[in-house]
Amino acid sequence: MSTVEKTSSDPRALWEEALKGAKQRDVDFTTLSGEELKLIYTAEDASFSEREDLGMPGQFPYTRGVHPTMYRGRLWTMRQFAGFGSAAQTNERFKFLLANGQTGLSVAFDFPTLMGHDSDEEISLGEVGQVGVAISSLADMETLFEGIPMGEVSTSMTINGPAPILLAFYIAAAERQGVPPEKIRGTVQNDILKEYQAQHAWLVAPEPALRMITDMMAYCSDNAPQWNTISISGYHIREAGSTAAQELAFTLANGMEYVRRGIAAGLDVDEFAPRLSFFFDSHLDFFEEICKFRAARRIWARKMRDEFGAKNPKSWMVRFHTQTAGVSLTAQQPENNIVRTAYQALAAVLGGTQSLHTNSMDETLSLPTEKAVKIALRTQQILAEETGVANVIDPLAGSYFVEEQTDRLEEQAEAYFKEIEERGGVVPSIESGFFQSEIHRSALKYQRAVEAGTKRVVGVNSYVEEGEGQPEIDIHRIDPSVESDQHERLAALRGSRDSAAVESALAAVREACRGDANLQERFVAAAHASCTLGEIAQVLREEFGEFKEPKIL
Amino acid sequence: MSERRIRVLIGKPGLDGHDRGAKTVASVLRDHGMEVIYTGLHQTPAMIAEAAAQEDVDVVGLSILSGAHMQLFPKIRDELTSRGKGDVLLVGGGIIPHDDIDALEADGFAKLFGPGTKTTDIANWIEEEMKTRFEKEGDEI
Repeated sequence: MSTVEKTSSDPRALWEEALKGAKQRDVDFTTLSGEELKLIYTAEDASFSEREDLGMPGQFPYTRGVHPTMYRGRLWTMRQFAGFGSAAQTNERFKFLLANGQTGLSVAFDFPTLMGHDSDEEISLGEVGQVGVAISSLADMETLFEGIPMGEVSTSMTINGPAPILLAFYIAAAERQGVPPEKIRGTVQNDILKEYQAQHAWLVAPEPALRMITDMMAYCSDNAPQWNTISISGYHIREAGSTAAQELAFTLANGMEYVRRGIAAGLDVDEFAPRLSFFFDSHLDFFEEICKFRAARRIWARKMRDEFGAKNPKSWMVRFHTQTAGVSLTAQQPENNIVRTAYQALAAVLGGTQSLHTNSMDETLSLPTEKAVKIALRTQQILAEETGVANVIDPLAGSYFVEEQTDRLEEQAEAYFKEIEERGGVVPSIESGFFQSEIHRSALKYQRAVEAGTKRVVGVNSYVEEGEGQPEIDIHRIDPSVESDQHERLAALRGSRDSAAVESALAAVREACRGDANLQERFVAAAHASCTLGEIAQVLREEFGEFKEPKIL
Repeated sequence: MSERRIRVLIGKPGLDGHDRGAKTVASVLRDHGMEVIYTGLHQTPAMIAEAAAQEDVDVVGLSILSGAHMQLFPKIRDELTSRGKGDVLLVGGGIIPHDDIDALEADGFAKLFGPGTKTTDIANWIEEEMKTRFEKEGDEI
């Protein structure tokens, strides 16, 4: 009797007593990334300093957000990634999205464009316009933005290997609308390092690819100061199967590599670093994702200020776009994907994202239909305008659990930074297949957990509906005429342009490859001369050599 | 019973870089005791068929998420046939609408596996199919 009275004054001891013999469900309580979690977190787990580790929003180390007012000042940008078929078809979808309240454009390109091939090359067979829009020339880019004022809209272009060439098309198209480069606003993804690691749309080998990027950074500093030159992307690393910690660590390691390269090229870190932005996945594990976003801001701020000596607070800030997790969508019971996407969107907003893409429910089956895209956009609008989550900044701060997990992710990232350094840095670690092996191993581990039933997926390994056959859902198909029409457009272009101007612009690109003239300027000139993407890319392949994928299997 | 190991080529045709599925399936088939050759990314139909002939595989598994399957898959089948490998067990997977699955399965493809398929189901299915085939070959000899 007396011992019970003694412990009853200590809630922790009482709770521990109550746990003895208490039943817990026989399921896996680890995070989506496989991290062990305690049953409860207390003040003993989270030892954070308000001043050092959190700060206030808009203040170093930005754990609580990059703006002093966050969403009260301005909501996140609702930016749905779109692109399919021809430039004219995507132009219509853009106008539809703008008319429905979308606030920025985001261009998806097809595989030939992503790999630096024209629509009429043999290797492009069957791929033209399939997963994005086909853009082979300045003329295609002009069609894509017809009737859309390029001096007013902000545009994100998901393109990497040939990003400098597509940016050149964009700059040239804007100039033809009468908009000078200093007026254009937007982002090219241009994150080549994660291409070798995860997404696999590269053009040339890593070293010359990095040189093209520093040339672009220099060009934009001088000519297009509102253009974000790299969107350092964890999204594809995560989608390829990494854990949350790997996504965080590899992305920031890549970011630091770009900073090193910029500094080595003689650029002032505070000139280019403010225009680096980030792009993360928002996956299913609600709290782990929120903590990942918070950790990303804090790590980057510390690295930029303390290791790279950046003085401008804008260089310290992680401003990021988020996309909900495509890999989490299921082909089974596809309407459930609306719910998954909504939770992921909520995590992104609680994590302080600057812009957001919500996936459509039908994307495991085909490109999204207009109806599915509209529901995805409405999901964000409901979040912004009905739920109240945009009213208060970083509402989860101070939670023992959230602060402990934010610290945990920072520590895991630091351990990876050390390992990458020991392996000789980012490029050698790409060439040896280190990142690729790590990602593959995590993907395999997760797949095994799903198949063993320890990780549950509704509709796939739990609540499976018997006799489930073909889902009752519309399929968005690309008309095969897109490919033949592109062939005709290109044939007409090649027949009508000034071929001497084409040759001399391509020769100028070749000369810049061999010397140290700024390549970006030559790309813009080549765009104006109506050189095609494939023609410019071919010069780069010849001069710089192609990347050979390391074998990890 | 024959102790012959099943030889599999996993191919990634086209420009599509999404190789998570292909690598996962390759690893799982290996765990099931099969000999697996993975082509790597960005392969043309001719390259895949050539590798299948060179390696003398029993099974060719194709993975594609780019939407180009209706163009590339039949081409690979034709390239295999022209190299005397028209009899391989030809399977595939990726983002493939149901109508296309039906069309491909009626046209030389033994089976297409959609998103959410258990990799162990793929391995078991291939083992069953190949067991039947090996037994038939045994009868002929």
